[in-house]
Amino acid sequence: MKTAAATLLVMMCVLGSARADSRKDSCVNCHSALEDARLLKPAQLFDGDIHHQAGLTCADCHGGNPNDDSMDAMSPAKGFRGVPKKSAVPDFCARCHSNATYMHPFNTKMRIDQLSEYLTSVHGKRLKQGDSKVAVCTDCHGVHNILAVSDTRAPVYPSNVAGTCGHCHADAAYMKEYKIPTDQVAHYQKSVHAEMLAGGDTSAPTCTTCHGNHGATPPGVKSVASVCGTCHVFFAQLFEKSPHQAAFAKMGLPGCVQCHSNHEIVRPSDSWVGTGPNSICSTCHTAGDAGLRSAQGIAHNLGRLDLAIAQADTVLDTAERAGMEVSSAKLELASANEALIKARVNVHTFLDTEVQKVTDPGLETAKKADQAGVAALQELNFRRKGLGVALITILVAIAGLYLKIRQIESKEQA
Amino acid sequence: MSGLYRNALAWLDERFGAGSVEEFLRHKVIPIHRHSIWYYFGGMTLFLFIVQVLTGILLLLYYRPTPNDAFESVQYMMTQVRFGWLIRSVHSWSANLMIFTAFVHMFSVYFLKAYRKPRELTWVSGMLLLFIVMGFGFSGYLLPWNTLAFFATKVGTEMAGSVPLVGKWMLIFLRGGEEVTGATLTRFFGFHVAVLPGLATTLLAIHLMLVQQLGMSTPPAVEKAIAEGSEPRRIMPFFPNFLLRDMIGWYAALGALGALAAIFPWELGAKADPFAAAPAGIRPEWYFLFMFQTLKYLPSKVLFIDGELLGIFGFSAAALVWVAVPFLDRRIGFSRATRFFTGAGVFVIGYMMVFSWLALR
Repeated sequence: MKTAAATLLVMMCVLGSARADSRKDSCVNCHSALEDARLLKPAQLFDGDIHHQAGLTCADCHGGNPNDDSMDAMSPAKGFRGVPKKSAVPDFCARCHSNATYMHPFNTKMRIDQLSEYLTSVHGKRLKQGDSKVAVCTDCHGVHNILAVSDTRAPVYPSNVAGTCGHCHADAAYMKEYKIPTDQVAHYQKSVHAEMLAGGDTSAPTCTTCHGNHGATPPGVKSVASVCGTCHVFFAQLFEKSPHQAAFAKMGLPGCVQCHSNHEIVRPSDSWVGTGPNSICSTCHTAGDAGLRSAQGIAHNLGRLDLAIAQADTVLDTAERAGMEVSSAKLELASANEALIKARVNVHTFLDTEVQKVTDPGLETAKKADQAGVAALQELNFRRKGLGVALITILVAIAGLYLKIRQIESKEQA
Repeated sequence: MSGLYRNALAWLDERFGAGSVEEFLRHKVIPIHRHSIWYYFGGMTLFLFIVQVLTGILLLLYYRPTPNDAFESVQYMMTQVRFGWLIRSVHSWSANLMIFTAFVHMFSVYFLKAYRKPRELTWVSGMLLLFIVMGFGFSGYLLPWNTLAFFATKVGTEMAGSVPLVGKWMLIFLRGGEEVTGATLTRFFGFHVAVLPGLATTLLAIHLMLVQQLGMSTPPAVEKAIAEGSEPRRIMPFFPNFLLRDMIGWYAALGALGALAAIFPWELGAKADPFAAAPAGIRPEWYFLFMFQTLKYLPSKVLFIDGELLGIFGFSAAALVWVAVPFLDRRIGFSRATRFFTGAGVFVIGYMMVFSWLALR
């Protein structure tokens, strides 16, 4: 009896879940049959939407009664909310997304502060002021075909973010009234950050990494170093302690971007330091001042170490190609390379003495590696000469044996 | 000088009959005919074996057979020890040349039917020596403890492990445990410098004794021509005529070894990292390539038998048949070559070359 009751219970559960899966949705049924593309499209797109995959229906956002096949299904009396105005979209989405109790069953780690962040953003503030051109949730995430952030097709997937922001921010006509530049995306695309992202490194910075996503705000002059320092920690720490920190603050100059630019952050070069044609230092410093003298010292030390490493590398490569075992020396040279990297970080102290503290040991190491390479090439030369002498000796011995054989056999024949 | 030589010989003769050795050498002769060139490959293999022994002893002065020290000790020899690079490179090149000349010697004996009665045991001892030489190659390959050697040994010992019944035991015996570790290195070192040299020296002594006892074989076709009177029987004294010619070959081999070592020093590679992924395109030494490629081509199952296992059994059976050829190819008679065995030999050489080439592509 107990077994029969349990079986019946299981069957009811199975049938119940089957009914839930195929439950009626008059919204999709009707909209799928409509010819007006504006009304048909949502029904077609919704199939791939993350909300649909999570089990939500049209009625969960728009209200109404999906079990009713008549137009009454869309009656406000049945809770139909219809299509929200653009200015109402953030609140529309936040009904669920700001509700921890509602969201946690779907994803316990999902944030629920998007709306409050959004309201602090330039977009949110302007929306409150009645500007309906600013971005709301659907402008970035899409409508009816919303995908998870981790989905490579999502407009908010790291490699797609610049294009999504650029949709408005690179449109000069659309942005005309805001009087802000529209070349940020073009500049960003030339940056080392975009290069890394294009190379598949999704941790590389894109627009939202520096500006924030829901609370998107341009970093102010004072906060630039903090924004860059989120990733470039050591650089930011050195800059904070450097003479530039106080001077920049006094002059109202932004930190990092003063030398590295903001969006077009290209791969830095040692030639930026010093007094050469590419020098950034000389855009502010003048000949003879302490800053430029220090810059010259930094450039000199970096140049010396870079050259020493390149020389040692060439010698070791030549020796290695010739079959010499120079792996220990190459390992040593790698530590000289590390010293150069550390020295380049120390550039952000803007003190030649601090840079020299790292480049001097690096130079010593590079010199040792170079000497090892030169010794390997000398050894190679010795081997070749030795081989020549050995081969000549062997040939003479072979000739001697040959003559001896002839001598013996001519005697035997005689 | 001649007087001193005679006095020394007389002194030795009084004590252990050295005169009989001289007498033997004086009377030992080598047949001369159009195939005489192949007689030199046995001596060449012996010479390279002696080079292996001497350079191996020198390497032992610095080599340390532990996972922590093996790679570093070879690296030290290659970079810090005077002529260490030469000794190690000559050892490695000589090993490969020795295997090559051993194969040439084996095939020349096969095609000239030198294994026929009464030289069956000379052939068997020679074949066993060839297997031991390949064992030297397999065990020595791991000793520098570099990445390629580590993974090649892993693959090689896995093959032994797939043999039914005794496979698991063989794998544990070879590796000294479930995995290729320091225990494997110690074992391979032991095989390479103690077990295999002991076996090789014993078999070599038997092989050489049989060669001296039975003399050089004349190919059946030459014997037939001599019997029919179309070719005269020509001979050459072994000492000094043939030995001096042998020495020319040894000097040439020595020059080739020196040139190879100086121009193409044997690579050391990167130290083995048991936790790293196996490098792409890993393959064994060239003399195992034909077997390796065959096993790659075999499907995972042939009927109900594991493909790899079938391959291993196939090669083992073929090796047994090959060793037993003198007992199977008994219709040679005095001068008649059996076409079947000659054809099989051509097939085997072709198979080895084609499959090795396919593995190298």
